[in-house]
This record gives sequence, C-alpha cells and structure tokens, in this order.
Amino acid sequence: MTAAAGLGKDLVGLEKLTPDQVRLILDTAEPFKEVSERQIKKVPALRGKTIVNLFFEASTRTRISFEFAEKRLSADTVNVAAVGSSVSKGETLVDTARNLEAMRIDMVVIRHGSSGAAQFLGDRINSNVVNAGDGKHEHPTQALLDMLTLRDRFSKLDGLKVAIIGDVLHSRVARSNIWGLTKLGASVAVCGPASLLPRGIDEMGVTVLPRVEDAIQWADALNVLRLQLERMTAGFIPSLREYNRVFGVTNERLKRAPKDLLILHPGPMNRGVEIDSDVADGEHSVILPQVTNGVAVRMAVLYLLAGGRPGSSAALQGEER
Amino acid sequence: MTQLLIRGGRVIDPAVGRDEQADVLLAGGKVEAVGQGLGAPDGVEIVDAAGLVVAPGFIDLHTHLREPGQEDLETIATGAMSAVAGGFTAVCAMPNTDPVCDNQGVVGFVVSQAQRAGKARVYPIGAISLGQKGQQLAEFGELVGAGAVAVSDDGHPVMSSHLMRTALEYAKVFGIPVADHCEEMSLAEGGAMHEGVVSTRLGLKGIPAAAEEIMVARDILLAELTGGHVHLCHMSTRGSVDLIRRAKDKGLRVTAEACPHHFTLTHEACEDYNTNAKMNPPLREDEDREAIREALRDGTIDAIATDHAPHHYDAKEREFDQAPNGIIGLETAFPLANAELVGSGLLTLPQLVERMSTVPARIFGLPGGSLAKGAPADIVILDPGMRWTVDPSTFRSKSRNTPFGGREVKGRAVATIVRGHVVYRQP
Repeated sequence: MTAAAGLGKDLVGLEKLTPDQVRLILDTAEPFKEVSERQIKKVPALRGKTIVNLFFEASTRTRISFEFAEKRLSADTVNVAAVGSSVSKGETLVDTARNLEAMRIDMVVIRHGSSGAAQFLGDRINSNVVNAGDGKHEHPTQALLDMLTLRDRFSKLDGLKVAIIGDVLHSRVARSNIWGLTKLGASVAVCGPASLLPRGIDEMGVTVLPRVEDAIQWADALNVLRLQLERMTAGFIPSLREYNRVFGVTNERLKRAPKDLLILHPGPMNRGVEIDSDVADGEHSVILPQVTNGVAVRMAVLYLLAGGRPGSSAALQGEER
Repeated sequence: MTQLLIRGGRVIDPAVGRDEQADVLLAGGKVEAVGQGLGAPDGVEIVDAAGLVVAPGFIDLHTHLREPGQEDLETIATGAMSAVAGGFTAVCAMPNTDPVCDNQGVVGFVVSQAQRAGKARVYPIGAISLGQKGQQLAEFGELVGAGAVAVSDDGHPVMSSHLMRTALEYAKVFGIPVADHCEEMSLAEGGAMHEGVVSTRLGLKGIPAAAEEIMVARDILLAELTGGHVHLCHMSTRGSVDLIRRAKDKGLRVTAEACPHHFTLTHEACEDYNTNAKMNPPLREDEDREAIREALRDGTIDAIATDHAPHHYDAKEREFDQAPNGIIGLETAFPLANAELVGSGLLTLPQLVERMSTVPARIFGLPGGSLAKGAPADIVILDPGMRWTVDPSTFRSKSRNTPFGGREVKGRAVATIVRGHVVYRQP
C-alpha cells in the first residue's frame, strides 16, 4: 500500500471513499480482531493521542464500541454528551469545534442528529473527524462492521446479494451499507413499505423489492433495520403489529427461502416488530459477531486516520508487562 | 426644479415599445421628454450614457428588509441601498417583520424609514392575517390607506382555504392582489431541500414539488371562484408552470413571479451541505429550471422577483437542517437574468426589462416601469456587456448569504436614478 491509499483526514462516509479505501479498512481490521481476544487488550498504536467522543444523540453501543477501540489502542479519551455540556447551553457546533481544537485534541468522534454535521466539523478543524452517525446521512463504521461480518461468513463480498429491510428513509445505516457494499461488488436491494423508502433510491444503484418475501427469495443475507416507534404516530405506517405481519423477518418466512440467509441487525432491536426473537437468536444470526467486529473496525479506522500504516506488526505488539 | 439629461444611451421602454438611441430629460422627478438630440436646458446636470442602456428602473415584488425587528440582518436603509446598487428603483417589502406588518402603524413606519433612507422606493406589503397566523383577516383598508400595495402572509401561507377565499374577495374592494407563498405545510414540514435524489443521498428531509403545486392549484381555483387577483410568489416547479398556463388560458386573474436562483441553479447546489443554497421554495431539478425559463419566455410567469432574504453569516454557518432559508438577491438579479436568459437567447434585453420593471409595476399597480412623459424619473443605466465576478464583500446589503459568490456574470447597473436624482453610481 502506498501513502496515497490512506483515508485522508476524516471518515465522514463511505460515499466518497474508493473501493480500495474501503478494502483497506476491512483488511486493517482483521489483525485488530485478535487484540480484543488477548488477556491484556491493549496495543500502543495511539499512545499519546487524545480523542474526544462528541455525542449529541443518545447512543450506547456505538459510543462504547468507539471507546473500547480507543482504549485498546492506548489513546486518551474524553466523552462529551450533549446533555450537561455547553451544547445544551446553546453553543453552536462551530464554536464547540473551535474550543475542542483550542485544546489540541487529535481526533473527534461525532454522533449528531443533523445530516452533514460530521463533514461540517471536519471542514472546520484540523483534527481528524470520524462520523459515528449524522442524521439520516451516513454511519460508516456501522456499515464497515456489517461488511466485515459478511466477509467473515462468505469470504468475499463481490457478487454477494444483501437485502436491507425496513425504514430506509430514515436510515443512515442503509445509506452507508449501500455505498460500501456496491463499491466492493455486492448487489444490494432495499425492501420496505413504500412510505419508508426515499425518493430516487434506485439511482444509488440498488434494486427496490416491494415485499419482504421477494427479498428473502433473492438475498444471501438480510440486514434488518430498526423500526423507530415514532414512525407509527408520524403516519408512515399504520401499526407495529401490521408492520410485523407484512414486513417482519420471521422464521415462517425464512423457511420458504431457497437457502439459509445470514441475518444482520444494527441494533437496538425491537423484538417482535422488524425481527422475531427466534430469528434474532437463531443459528443464522450474526448480530453479536457484528458487535464484536465493531470494535476491530473502529480500531482500524482510528489507526489509519492517525497515520498508521496498514500491515505494520508494531501496531499489534502488546504493552510491556 | 432639478433637471437631468441622460444623453446618448440606448433607451429601452417596453411600455411603449421603444428601443433606440435617444436622450432622456428628467425634470421635477418626472420624465419630461425622450427623443433624439434633446437640447440641454440651462443648469441641467448631464449624464453621459453613450454605449449604455437607459431603462425604467427595476421593481422587485418580493423583498425582505428585516426592519423592524432584525436590523442586524438588514435595515430599510441598507436594503434600499442594496436595491439601487442592483438597479432596482422600487422594492416591495414583505410583512414578516417583528412586529408583523399587519397594521397601519407598521406600514407607516416602513414608509417613513424608506423616506429617510432616500434610495429606492419601498412599498410595504401588508399581512393577510393578524400576526401572519392564518386566523383573522388584517385590516386591508387601513393597510392600503397607510401605503400597502398588496397583502401576503409570506412564509406562513394561509392554510385555511376559507380565509384565503375571503382575503381574495375582500382585497377586491381595494384593488390589491393577494400574494401567496404556495406551500402545503403538512407535506413540507421539516423539509430542508427539494425532495429528490440529492436529498436522498444527503439524508435531508425533502420538500416535494407537490407541496407547492397543491397550493398553486388551490389558489387558482379560489381566484376562479372569487374573481380576485392572486399573485403566486417564487414559482419553482414544472407542475406549477403547467397549472398557471392553464389558468391563464382560462383568463383568470393569476399572476406569477420567479426568482433568479430558480432559473439558474438546481438542487445539486446543495451538495456538501452548502447552506447558501438553502431556500424555500428549494432549488429543484433540471426539468423544473427549464420549465421556469420557458415560462418566463412565453409570459406564463409574468415577472422576475428576488426574494431577497438577508441572514447573518452565523446563522448560515450551521448544520444544514438548522440553517435558515433564503439568500440575498437584489445585487445579483439583473446580472444573473441577463447572463442566463438574455445571454442564452431566451429573452431580448427589452423583454428582460419588461419582466423586471414594466410588468411588476402593472401587477402591483405601482408607478414606474415606463419612460413615458410624466412617468416617475426612476431609471436604471445598464452596461449589459460588462463581465464581472460576484464578490459578496462588496455588497451594499448588510448580509452576504449568496450561493453566487465567485460566479462570473454579465451586465450591471452602472447608475440608478430615483425621483430624478442619481442615488447610485457604480464605483
């Protein structure tokens, strides 16, 4: 790999990455998986780096996953949640960014409710910015961990058929998966109520399948999106009960599939709504391996953005005892 | 009596179909004579217009001047200065101020501030409903008595078809149009840009074209029902154009305006979350832009208006969905229209002057738009061939929010005359 094949300053989304850059992250994540299996889960790759986890939206899984990734790379981390910080006192994002910059931090991991917030921040500060989910735009590390999990099971992504099921309209996970998977040669279909599919989605290079049964017939793997409970009161669907009856991923439907389908879910799940418990807990579910891979993928992203060289064995050497 | 002789220009007066080399003599704030080789009376000030175009000053039917209430963004004085720098001799001020221009007190304040500023004329537009709340009609009679030339609830469009109907009926008493910002709010709510493939990619909530078209259709039906005059603001979609064309074929009292940004840009300008491309109605698609251009050519859309909407740079330096809607337009309207519509051969320069001056005057019943003897001495002198680059730091407006910074444009107002006095000269 040459230096030109790095990631650049920020990871805002997968849309603007080249296929080689996406592959680089996945390949770099592979050796980091093993770090989390060690007795002492720590390598010195980011020793001396300071990272701020700036979370304007509630998050458990993603925030903790980033924090573990940072700590296992020996970075110094600070968590800032919107509630109880200057943000709740009306400070603008640009002022927050400038103040962080003034403290000479190296990286910011940002989760924000507004689409484009990560790019906005990245364009205004010199520190590296990692998007941990911005509005309905992208959630690149989630898609990368989904892809890593798919690659673990199928050994390659080229030619794989992945159906994304559910509320694509409001989903940053869906958008990042579409960019990432199609760049690496997978075919992607989206499936959900037409009221929850965004206009012009087919122009992003995906097939639109109207019924979940069609998706199950077609796909090698299903990525089942969380259905936010608010979608019912906002008039997008009649009821959660009906959603489950028409679009729910159930064992009954999966039994009619021509082959066993791998089941992914970005979490948190609404059991009995978009996915039935026996599917989520079933033998083809990789929902927990996704979470495990999340730490490795985030370690890879942080390591690469910090200027780490892929394949460097030094990065993987443990702390001295 | 102050006299001014504008000598040797190409005089364009769409009101009488004049387009020829001539002199224009102004006296006592009126046009005194237009003709070749006019003698210079004693003591007359002479303006040399050789190689330039002399036309009735532009009239903007849709301007936000922010005063009273948001003087940090624009004042009537800075807005009126910005207007003359763009060749506008009159602007119509939307009522979404604080307090709302829904009573004769605020109308009178706007009129007196404009008089103090002494640049472009400013005609207030009163609110349709008290507080722009869409519930109770404002006192149109008193608004008109104090100087209002139209009514509009602007960005808070009247959702009640009953109230819109009564507004159209009641406005007939005073001979004023009801100007509507057409937006069906339940469809548009929370939207940050045009709904389409770009909004899908950026993950921004879209405003479908139908949100505009539903209200255009409603307003046309109500104009038919009432015989009232509805003026449709800042039309942005192909569907709206189709509806207006049919309404005009029927002979209904429907007029419409379009803004330079809608015939120049598309939703792709929002890429990279450019908040200076955020406005309402939003920038649409190629086919919409083409439809607006064609409608301006064939007269389906009558006039060009700016929707000049000043915002502080802090307000635009934000997450896209949090940033306010609107761009300023007074100082870029003519150069953009000239480059995009005349430069492409869609309109002749006299036709452009007509759509920026003569027709707007006619729609709102304003003086101006003509160089006939006795018309107000409100004149713009243009250099239609001047190529220049938009530099927002040179704007006379207090605000800088424009997506056109750095754009190469063609044509510029080099001098603007209001009431017979030169109020602007291009430095």
